[in-house]
Amino acid sequence: MTDQSPLPENPGAGERKYWLDSRANVDKIYWGLVVICAALFLGDALYQKHPEFSFEKTFGFYALFGFGAFVFIVFVAKGLRKILKRGEEFYADPEDGS
Amino acid sequence: MVLGIPPGLFLIVGALLVPLFNGRLRQVYMLCLPLSGLWCLIDGPSGNFYAFTFFTYEIIPVRIDRLSLIFGYIFHIAATISVIYAWHNKNTVEQMAGLAYAGSGIAALFAGDLITLFVYWEGMAVTSVFLIWARRTESAYRAGMRYLIIQVGSGVLLLSGAILMAQQTGSIAFDKMTLGSLATWLILISFGIKCAFPFLHNWLQDAYPEATVTGTVFLSAFTTKCAVYALARGFPGTELLIYVGAIMTVFPIFFAVIENDLRKVLSYSLNNQLGFMVCGIGIGTTLALNGAVAHAFVHIIYKALLFMSMGAVLYRVGTIKASELGGLYKSMPFTAVFCIIGAASISAFPLFSGFIAKSLTLTAVAQGHYTIIWLMLIFASAGVMEHSGIKIPFLSFFGHDSGKRCKEAPLNMLIAMGIAATLCIALGVYSPWLYSLLPYPVEYVPYTTSHVVGQLQLLMFAALAFAVLVRYKIYPQELRAVNIDFDITYRKWLPALYKWMINATRDGWQSILQDLNRGVHRVIAYMFRHHGPEGILARTWPTGSMALWVAVLLATFLLIYYV
Repeated sequence: MTDQSPLPENPGAGERKYWLDSRANVDKIYWGLVVICAALFLGDALYQKHPEFSFEKTFGFYALFGFGAFVFIVFVAKGLRKILKRGEEFYADPEDGS
Repeated sequence: MVLGIPPGLFLIVGALLVPLFNGRLRQVYMLCLPLSGLWCLIDGPSGNFYAFTFFTYEIIPVRIDRLSLIFGYIFHIAATISVIYAWHNKNTVEQMAGLAYAGSGIAALFAGDLITLFVYWEGMAVTSVFLIWARRTESAYRAGMRYLIIQVGSGVLLLSGAILMAQQTGSIAFDKMTLGSLATWLILISFGIKCAFPFLHNWLQDAYPEATVTGTVFLSAFTTKCAVYALARGFPGTELLIYVGAIMTVFPIFFAVIENDLRKVLSYSLNNQLGFMVCGIGIGTTLALNGAVAHAFVHIIYKALLFMSMGAVLYRVGTIKASELGGLYKSMPFTAVFCIIGAASISAFPLFSGFIAKSLTLTAVAQGHYTIIWLMLIFASAGVMEHSGIKIPFLSFFGHDSGKRCKEAPLNMLIAMGIAATLCIALGVYSPWLYSLLPYPVEYVPYTTSHVVGQLQLLMFAALAFAVLVRYKIYPQELRAVNIDFDITYRKWLPALYKWMINATRDGWQSILQDLNRGVHRVIAYMFRHHGPEGILARTWPTGSMALWVAVLLATFLLIYYV
């Protein structure tokens, strides 16, 4: 079904270094993202909005909504995991006839 | 309809002839089937074809109009891409099942009556299950069984609804219906099962991740989108669907965040995307219906692309569990790029296909002043960014380096992904192309400053939230675990209830048997006491005592006589 690679699994030793392997470069991406977001947020001042709903006129509505929604989703999901999580073999018991 | 061949038949009959070809010839033959089907469909005339009367009912095997046509195009494109992706696969059963499944899906789109629809509806169920069983694992076999029961059940409901409708109205035509009678409810639930409505959805997350690498790509395209087509045809403007759709967009998000199996994450994501389409159908205006159809069109391509990229990872690495993946961009750079294009499309980034399609639905919802629904869909859009836009590519190709090194995906897989990725970008950049195919005329401009900036803000700030949560180690770790969903009812609770009832009745039955047994023993003991060797009635009495008792009896008789 699958065709797994015969190549050895040893990252590091003698392997080519990638740009993303450096912690400093990951930081660059992070701060780059912060700058882009700041620019987008401030960009709201530069154009005329054509909102369907009045609350869309709030400065940076989509930005705040996107950030808030994401954080909310992650926290709710973390809470849900406590209720929903089971072992990998939960459904595997042949006695259950599942 | 060039050559007068009914759409779908090319693939269904063609699938039966697959074993006659071998090697490279078979591969070319299989590719020719969907391509020639597409060629036959393009620019064909609209109308009903091959209609005949069966008893008093009119059967319309082929009905071509703009709604069925656009779905027909994308189903053929999906079949073509799936065949290329599965080019290396030599499993004859899987090849035949894939083609026949695609053919049944296409034929179902062009069914003009409910009986024809039923035939192909069940055809899809029966053929597609082989794509799951072809994995040849115990869990795939069981998942396939559950899938088959649910899918065939959906067909049975459709047939029941059709029979009731024929009895009530005297017609089995498949046209717009008004929800109300039992017949229409049965038909709606039948569509709802295949469209993965809430609580009817778990077959999707159960079966798709269990299918083969190539099978899941086929599966992702046809069944659910055929149901979307059926809803758009049968129940446009049904208000209930607005709420059902909105709930569908939201609830799978939370499951997708904590799911470890990345193909299962994509199945939840598929469920969430169906919600947008169902919501659009529920709104029912021409803009909303265009939105639902456009969304289905682009969704088939980017969802197939995402399933293909995850399939390639499974094919090369042997696992698709996020907890065991990471850093694969080093080994599979092309697959990683294609996956990111699929992720950007599903997240509806400007210049990608999701953007021009989802905008139609969102605008239609806003124009209908469904404020809460609109907020739910925007919330769900941020959720899509979370699970499909970021989680899928990040956890497999980037993130923590798992140390796994493998070869890049095979060339045929890369070609299939490349075609899908090109379509994702082309459709997104040049919106008139897709808009011209939609069932109703479109007067909509997706690329306005307000819209583009708003969407970019939503997505980039969601990405920022992700970056912050990961940086401060708040983002949940991927764990080797399964999460229970509604399917626990029929995978654990109902079997447990059944066992309990069996045990309870068995106990009851046993106590009845025991009582009976005891009664019989008591009767036997009683008999034994009186008739056994020592029993009073079985004793051999001496002749003397016998004579004495006779004398006593006679004496008593005499006494009574004289008295």
